[in-house]
Formats: sequence, C-alpha cells, structure tokens
Amino acid sequence: MIEVENLHFIYPSNVEALKGISLNIRDGEFVAIMGQNGAGKTTLVKHFNGLLKPSRGFVKINSIETTKTSVAELAKNIGFVFQNPDHQLFSETVEEEIAFALKNFGFKEEVVKKRIDWAMNLLGLSQYRDTSPFLLSGGERKRVALASVLAWNPNTLILDEPTIGQDHRQKENLRQFIIQMQTQKKTIVMVTHDVEFVAECNPRVLLMRDGEIIADGKGTDILTNQELLTKSSIVLPQIAQIFQELSCFGLPQNIIDIYDAKNILIQILEKKK
Amino acid sequence: MSVFDGLKFRKVSSPIHNLDPRIKFFYVIVIFFSAILFNQIIVLLTLFLMTIPFVLLAHVQKEWLRSLRGAAFLAFFIFIVNIASSYFTSGYSLTANQIESAIAMTLRFIVLAGSFSVFFLTTSPDHLGLALEQSHVPYEFAFAFTTAVRFVPVLAEEAQTIMDAQKARGLEMEKGSFLKKIRNYIPVLIPLIVSSIRRSLELAEAMESSIDH
Ligand SMILES: Nc1ncnc2c1ncn2[C@@H]1O[C@H](COP(=O)(O)OP(=O)(O)OP(=O)(O)O)[C@@H](O)[C@H]1O
Ligand SMILES: [Mg+2]
Repeated sequence: MIEVENLHFIYPSNVEALKGISLNIRDGEFVAIMGQNGAGKTTLVKHFNGLLKPSRGFVKINSIETTKTSVAELAKNIGFVFQNPDHQLFSETVEEEIAFALKNFGFKEEVVKKRIDWAMNLLGLSQYRDTSPFLLSGGERKRVALASVLAWNPNTLILDEPTIGQDHRQKENLRQFIIQMQTQKKTIVMVTHDVEFVAECNPRVLLMRDGEIIADGKGTDILTNQELLTKSSIVLPQIAQIFQELSCFGLPQNIIDIYDAKNILIQILEKKK
Repeated sequence: MSVFDGLKFRKVSSPIHNLDPRIKFFYVIVIFFSAILFNQIIVLLTLFLMTIPFVLLAHVQKEWLRSLRGAAFLAFFIFIVNIASSYFTSGYSLTANQIESAIAMTLRFIVLAGSFSVFFLTTSPDHLGLALEQSHVPYEFAFAFTTAVRFVPVLAEEAQTIMDAQKARGLEMEKGSFLKKIRNYIPVLIPLIVSSIRRSLELAEAMESSIDH
C-alpha cells in the first residue's frame, strides 16, 4: 500500500515540482500516471522508493514513512525501472547484469541462478545470456533493464516510460506481462505518454499537471474527457476520437477499448440488417 | 541534495555573473597555475580563502558548498593515498614533512575544485564562447571548449540519474570497506562513460550531416 499525504517537493534549484499531492495506491492496483513534460510524474514516483524525500507531507509504504528507512530497504519491495536503460547497464554480460541487484540484496547463490533463469525466460532474453548488454538493440536493452529489476520479484513495480522504443509486438508482450503480474496481485505504477497503450490496458489513470493531480479515475472516464486531456496536452485515443465524432449517431462516449468498440459497432450493424 | 548542483550554471544577476567571462577565465587559470606551482599550505589556504568573497558576492554559496562536499570524497582519497605511499616508501614511518605535503596535495585539489566550481556556476556557456572568439581563440578550440562546458551540467544530471537507478537496484554507495566504496563507483561510472560516448557519436553525426560538402 502506497499512501501519499499532502506531498510537496522542492528541488534544490527551487523548482517546486510537487505541490500538495495526496493519493493512495492499494496493493494489486494498476495505475498509469500521465501528464505533460515536466508535470512532476518522475519526481512523484521517485518518492515511492525513497530516492527523493518529501519537502513537506509524507509518503508511507506499507505504513512505514520513507524518511524512516533506506532506499535499499524500500527497493526490496518496490522495483523501479528507469526510463533509459543506458543509465543502469554496466555489466559484461546480460547474466551478470541481472545478478547485480540479487547480489546487492544478499540472495543465496542458488537462488540467484534460479531467478536469473526465470527473469531471462520471462522477457525472452535467454539467448543473450553471455552477450554484452551494450551490443543489444535499444528495445532489448530495455528488456534487460526490466529483467534485472523483475529478478528479485518485488511486490510493486514502477515503470517509467516502458513503451518508448518498443515495437508493436514488444508492447503487446509488455501488456501480457502486466496482466500476468496483476494476476499475481502485484502493484504496478506506470508513468507514460503512450495514450493508446493506456487505452488498451485500461488501468486507473492519474492525470498530473504542474505538480498537481488534476484527475484520478477510471481510464474510460479520463481518456474520453476532451477538456481534461487538452489541459494535459494529451490527444484522445483513436477509438474515443471516432466515437466522439460520431456522437450524432448515438454512439456511447466512454469507449477506449478496441473490443468494446467492435461489439458496439456489431450491435448497430446487425440492427441495420 | 545533489553534489552536482555545484557545477550547474543558473541565470541570476550578480556582479560576478555579469563580469566579463574572460576575466573570470583568467582568474581561474591564475589560480590553477599558482596552485600547481606552490605547495606551501599557507599559500594554498590563501588561494582557497581568496575565492570565498566571489562566492558570497555571486550568492552561490549553497551550490558551491555542495560541490565542495562532493569533492570531499576525492580529497579524502587523495590524502589517504599520499599518506600511505609516503608511509610505505620511507620504511614504515611518517615525518611531519610528509604529512604536510599530503595536506598540501589535498588542499591543492580543493582549491582547484572550488575555483572551477565558482567559474561554472557564474558563467553561461554562451558568454564563454563569445568571449573566447573575441579574444581570437581559434574557432575549433572555442567550439570544442564551449561544447564541453555545455555538457558539464548534462553530465552532472546524468550522473545523478544513474546513481538513482543503481540505488534502486540495491546499490549502497556508502557501504562497505574503503576498497568496496571505491568499487561501488563502477556501476555509476560505466553507464556514464557509455552514455557520453553514445552522445558524442550522435553529436558528431548531427554535425557531419549538417556540413555542406
Ligand atoms: N534534478 C532536478 N533538479 C531540478 N529540477 C528538476 C530536476 N528534475 C526535474 N526537475 C524539474 O521538476 C519538474 C518536474 O520534473 P519531472 O521530471 O518530475 O517531470 P515529468 O512529469 O517526469 O516529465 P517528463 O514527461 O518530461 O518525464 C520540471 O519542472 C523539471 O524541470
Ligand atoms: Mg519523467
């Protein structure tokens, strides 16, 4: 459980990046945080594993304030995958890269081996075990970074821009993977600009702007609210756009999912027949 | 919060910020050579103290102290290495002279870090480039130099992000023996170097494709 209460954060350069954020994320929830560049998304999620400490207010992880514990301690529960994989890859082989965190957390040798196999398998990296991570493509490096965090099986996963640089198939794999994590009751917090990806996953959506949360609710409500999205420089998902433009034909306005859309269109077309 | 804030230029107005960058550059060069030439503690200390009025005038004391705190780790390292090497080379004993020279070495580094920090904190890369050109420095050199300076804050921010990314994977920079602490820097330095190389390749490509052959 992540509890955030009246969180303010001011960078040393005097930029007030968060201006009174309050929110709760329950165990097993899937949350997407959206909003324009500089809205404070990354700053907010960096509070969840203690990388940043509140200037005012508090953040509690499983009822413990982040100021009362260390990043290393929090990280065991909260895995954080950074936006740019090049900011973390440093090992000679993919295998060693994945082992890094496991060793830091003091897992036993046999466990480390098992977890490496498991994570590489999950992300389709098995053939790269002895390859240097620097020789992989951008998308593959991103998967190595993800695997290196998944390996210790944290309860909560924070993903900063996971879909950047991923082709359609990898995005679909990522979505399947998130669904799988959800069935295991993992909490997932995803920071993203990828409105189509969010529409496909349909999580709870938090909309941020200038260090504040301006909307918090179901994907179907927020991603179909033209006014809100314009404020955050987000365009409607394509499905929602079509449905809104065809509103004069009596189409429902809260559709973002392609399968829902298909079913509604089939109903209408069948009636016509 | 971040030691690297001690190198980032921020646009404010102060007598020091408005000073001709060539004068500041000259000052830093003079300090640099004096610090190299002299190894008396008293001279080095004076050089260090000389910088403080400029820091106060420019209102950058917070950022400046932060960069010194960052330099403190390396300074400590320099001190230990100096002490250890003279201890072992002079047959397991230490004289007052040797301790003094270790202190001087450390101080020299702090003087350099301090003066460079004020320079970068108060000089915008644009002004610097302009000033270099006006003083008839060859364009290639001026360009290379200002590009390097421009990338200092980028690099500093990147180093911070990399440290965060590794901490999130359980790296505890401050933990362990002295040797372990130094080894803890490897997961930070390698990504930093690799990203810098990647970036310079990109820059070179961008420059090449914008040149008319
Ligand atoms: N290390 C830093 N030092 C000073 N200011 C910062 C720092 N990092 C971010 N900021 C500022 O804080 C604000 C919020 O930044 P943040 O990175 O959280 O935004 P974001 O929503 O993640 O944006 P993006 O979509 O571009 O990733 C911005 O105004 C940014 O300039
Ligand atoms: Mg961000």
